[in-house]
Amino acid sequence: MSGKELKILTNRFDKIDPASIDDYINTGGYKALKKALEMPREEIIKQVKASNLRGRGGAAFPTGIKLESVYKEREAQKYLVCNADEGEPGNFKDRFLIENDPHQVIEGMIICAFAVGSSKGYIYVRGEYDKPISLLKTAIEQAKAKNFLGGGILGTSFNFELEVRTGAGAYVCGEEFALIESIEGKSGKPRFKPPFPTMVGVFNKPTLLNNVETYSNIPYIINEGGEKFAAIGTPSSSGTRLISLSGNVNNKGLFEVPFGVSIREIIDLLGKGIPNGRKIKMVQLAGASGPIIPENMLDLRIDYKEMADNNLSLGSGAIIVIDDRFDVLDIVYRIAKFFEHESCGKCTPCRNGNKQLVKIIKKFVTKTATEKDLSRLDILINVMTQASLCGLGQAAPTAIATTMKYFNEDYLGGICENEKAVAIGG
Amino acid sequence: MKLNEIIQKQGTSPDKLINILMEYQKTKNTKELTREDLKIVAQELGVTEALVYQVATFYTLLSTKNRGVHIIQVCEDIPCYVNGSVNVVAELENKLKIKMGETTYDNMFTLEHTSCLGCCNMAPAMRVDGKLIGNLTPEKISEIIDEYRGEKK
Repeated sequence: MSGKELKILTNRFDKIDPASIDDYINTGGYKALKKALEMPREEIIKQVKASNLRGRGGAAFPTGIKLESVYKEREAQKYLVCNADEGEPGNFKDRFLIENDPHQVIEGMIICAFAVGSSKGYIYVRGEYDKPISLLKTAIEQAKAKNFLGGGILGTSFNFELEVRTGAGAYVCGEEFALIESIEGKSGKPRFKPPFPTMVGVFNKPTLLNNVETYSNIPYIINEGGEKFAAIGTPSSSGTRLISLSGNVNNKGLFEVPFGVSIREIIDLLGKGIPNGRKIKMVQLAGASGPIIPENMLDLRIDYKEMADNNLSLGSGAIIVIDDRFDVLDIVYRIAKFFEHESCGKCTPCRNGNKQLVKIIKKFVTKTATEKDLSRLDILINVMTQASLCGLGQAAPTAIATTMKYFNEDYLGGICENEKAVAIGG
Repeated sequence: MKLNEIIQKQGTSPDKLINILMEYQKTKNTKELTREDLKIVAQELGVTEALVYQVATFYTLLSTKNRGVHIIQVCEDIPCYVNGSVNVVAELENKLKIKMGETTYDNMFTLEHTSCLGCCNMAPAMRVDGKLIGNLTPEKISEIIDEYRGEKK
């Protein structure tokens, strides 16, 4: 373990048996729920707002504001949803959170359900996550038996039922409306926004939808108070961040760090460097939909503002290290193929845009591109980011856009020789 | 378990469609959903056959094609790729004598690509039926396949 780590969410990892609710209770579990049930609902929301917690699924929307929006809706039936459809390549934090401490996310959900006035919740887990699915099902039964779930929870008039729903293999279902459609038993195709899920979500009712890591932060905030949580990290980014570190590093794994740690520190100190003394060629942040940056930008810190100032995003916290054996265009081509496959096909910019991206990038890979292909890419990226219906299409060209910026010479190298001569000759 | 029993257990509200299809598919040796299956599900849930077919073909874990008893899914995304998943696939193709996407003649194995399995900390990785196997090497592949083959002899 390194001094760079700070274990709040991962505090119980390897210390408890994840299949035992008693282990969870004996280490302070469900204390926050008891406390929350004695608090006015407005006070819970106030604490979450004071904590400055932002959504950990990637969009970084302030959680307290989301809670308040759903709380204010006047529908009798409201739903709570936990997004555990972790499909972004390079991310495995939700798997770790559920496999090591399933009750923590459940407790966070129950507290939020009480705060917004919801009686029914779903945890939507991707179909490939066999172990997390069975652990969650067990945990829900255990929580029911102890009356943390069900009717009249802990002697109050608050009722809350929780159900596990599984996906069936569709990356797009990580998108909130695609996920909601999938819970309703349909193909996961995003809806138009607005209205947002907080107004018209599952079965057209107001829905509070958050990521596993976001809900997992709630028990700490209730136990320790929003202010204490806000003090961790940096002024713009409070709390800790789970980093899924993968690719060409010696020590791949999940690390919990306070905001403010640099990407280089994570790779060098926690990842213990690159195998066989090789050099870093590029690092992809967030996952397949994230930016690819060169080695000289690794001193950037894990911080919402610092990332945004550089037109970057850490998404859901993946860092994929790629060493100098690999070619930028080859990597980008594989990412383009991924999105071509995962596009749901509902909107044209994404359905056709990704096909065209694959086609054009292939020309660069085979060194048969022309100068004009560079401007074609520019136009296509612009259309896709502006006009795609959901985040999938909007973010699909990120790796291409950032490599065109930071690895421009690789693209120039993909232009065929004759074409270059023509370009130079005028 | 029979299809009707699964529907009875899960309930007949249309939002249970995906879970019913997933659970039923697992019980079948051919790991596929036939037109006949989809028709029954549509009738029981009171939805159109077209909707059921749309769902069955939208999700990659559902199949309307005949597959092997064991489904081998190899991750093809970047964290696995940069850790040598290409060599793993080559060894699987060599060992099973099929190409990616195909089923062996004895109907024992189907080889598929999958998107990220969320275990990049043990890349390269694959999922055989419901089991995750990571830190793969070509040597390990050989052992794993032999093990699955031996089981059925």
